[in-house]
Amino acid sequence: MKTLVLVEHDGHAIKDATLPTVTAAAKLGDVTLLVVGENVSGVAEAAAKIAGATKVLVADDAALAHMLAENVAPLVASTMAGYDAFLVPGTTNGKNIAPRVAALLDVAMISDILSVEGADTFTRPIYAGNAIATVQTKDAKLVLSVRGTAFEKAAAEGGSATTEPVSGATDAGVSRYVGSEIATSARPELTSAKIIVSGGRALQSGENFTQLIEPLADKLGAGVGASRAAVDAGYVPNDYQVGQTGKIVAPEVYIAIGISGAIQHLAGMKDSKVIIAINKDEDAPIFQVADVGLVGDLFTILPELTSKL
Amino acid sequence: MKVLVPVKRVLDYNVKPRVKADGTGVDLANVKMSMNPFDEIAVEEAIRLKEKGVVTEIVVVSIGEPKAQDTLRTALAMGADRAILVTSETKVEPLGVAKLLKAIADEEQPSLVILGKQAIDDDNNQTGQMLAALTGWGQGTFASKVEVADGAVTVTREVDGGAETETFTLPAIVTTDLRLNEPRYASLPNIMKAKAKPLATKTAADYGVDVAPRLTTLKVEEPSKRSAGVKVASVDELVDKLKVLGVLG
Ligand SMILES: Cc1cc2nc3c(=O)[nH]c(=O)nc-3n(C[C@H](O)[C@H](O)[C@H](O)COP(=O)(O)OP(=O)(O)OC[C@H]3O[C@@H](n4cnc5c(N)ncnc54)[C@H](O)[C@@H]3O)c2cc1C
Ligand SMILES: Nc1ncnc2c1ncn2[C@@H]1O[C@H](COP(=O)(O)O)[C@@H](O)[C@H]1O
Repeated sequence: MKTLVLVEHDGHAIKDATLPTVTAAAKLGDVTLLVVGENVSGVAEAAAKIAGATKVLVADDAALAHMLAENVAPLVASTMAGYDAFLVPGTTNGKNIAPRVAALLDVAMISDILSVEGADTFTRPIYAGNAIATVQTKDAKLVLSVRGTAFEKAAAEGGSATTEPVSGATDAGVSRYVGSEIATSARPELTSAKIIVSGGRALQSGENFTQLIEPLADKLGAGVGASRAAVDAGYVPNDYQVGQTGKIVAPEVYIAIGISGAIQHLAGMKDSKVIIAINKDEDAPIFQVADVGLVGDLFTILPELTSKL
Repeated sequence: MKVLVPVKRVLDYNVKPRVKADGTGVDLANVKMSMNPFDEIAVEEAIRLKEKGVVTEIVVVSIGEPKAQDTLRTALAMGADRAILVTSETKVEPLGVAKLLKAIADEEQPSLVILGKQAIDDDNNQTGQMLAALTGWGQGTFASKVEVADGAVTVTREVDGGAETETFTLPAIVTTDLRLNEPRYASLPNIMKAKAKPLATKTAADYGVDVAPRLTTLKVEEPSKRSAGVKVASVDELVDKLKVLGVLG
């Protein structure tokens, strides 16, 4: 089978989310990477080094800047004439583009695959991960998004793929990029952090996040996450949110502080290797999934914990 | 201008899903069903646009069992004007839903279709983007802010690293994220009034659309369970545990 994998990048560097997607694609067959954007020759060079890919297709065009789905999807759909499967990382960008491609190809899409069971059969989470469905498609072509935490990352170095340009990009003329506010942080990205310190509604303010959560995260070299309640209350920006509708993470260690453990939150972190919970309510549902729990007031526990590390 | 809002009836988000013992799916018998939370947000956004004088009519659509009527009545009670129920014996996948919505859009000629970003049963996150492909319209997905002006809709979208703003020519598709708004509750008088609002019932065949499923669900299982671990009594014990786990250097 010939697979085409959308490379996730920010115009300069390849995002880690690409790597597990390559691993999933390699289980189906030969892997070609697709780099889409404007002035992306640097990204294409880096993509050619990803282990496991044989070819890199580069669609470099002003119409593809900012990855507008209206312009990217038709190009991918026409490129798919020579491929059997299109795989995207389960990022907001992947989720924006892949369904549009699937509909143009008149095939079903299978979202967030957890495993490849066969050439047409995959497992995927439903109901916020409270059930795992095994689904088989009857369609001739596959369109899949890949749950990054479910596959090993392909090596970012060591490959030597050949590079080919793809032409034919056009501006569909219905959408225009206005601007973005992308948070920059020195901390590890949530989806690739080894340790995550996450705070909930109990933190009560953004200041408390800064004064209690961040110093702990600094000591551990950890990423900082949050529950939806903490995000909604404005303590932290929305890209901190972990859960069914936020980021799906599976670090080595996830420390949940003042988070009750609603199913929508668990959906985003219950595959972490070790879960540690700090909560003043000994019956909080988070303790049902925690490997280590400490019952108590975070306002006294956190300063003590941070000072003892 | 007219707005179309597709709403899905799903297991209420407060109910813990139970996998059926025979592995065919999640048990939906005798459990509370509600409007998909993202669709409530979509209905609310349409109502706010109407209150601002931008929108003149809100048409809500649901595809599914006859019981989806209840979900449509909820949307009418919130403030939608008219409803269309498309009944189907079998489950309709996102591509089929998008094809039906395309047929309805051809008939109704809305300027805007506002959908939820994902239905919390199958967690697909596909239908809005698929409808956008079939209509050729722009797609403002994962919206946290929506502004309509001068024949275009400007959408602030929640993306992985933060937020991104894009402008789309009308007609266009918008899908809602949680922070777009806080949906209102329907008041009792409005629930009574909603009973008199028009609700048309159709079938997929009426639209001449093939909605045969492309996927077969071979089985549905419980995820592997985590078991509760230990509780420690003090910060010192916690630090010891962290050391054992190798978290500390
Ligand atoms: C469609 C939908 C999607 C959703 N998606 C997500 C999602 O992606 N991610 C997400 O997180 N949520 C999501 N939610 C929301 C979810 O249902 C919960 O409301 C949310 O996770 C609760 O956040 P919390 O645990 O911080 O707050 P709460 O549930 O209020 O819990 C606060 C906890 O802090 C503890 N506490 C209070 N004070 C202290 C103290 N001083 N010291 C120690 N502990 C203390 C309390 O005992 C309690 O357990 C979603 C909801 C819906 C409807
Ligand atoms: N059966 C349906 N009836 C009405 N609207 C639907 C249906 N299925 C999906 N939708 C709409 O499409 C959105 C995304 O659903 P999904 O792609 O299934 O995650 C939902 O939030 C609804 O707005």
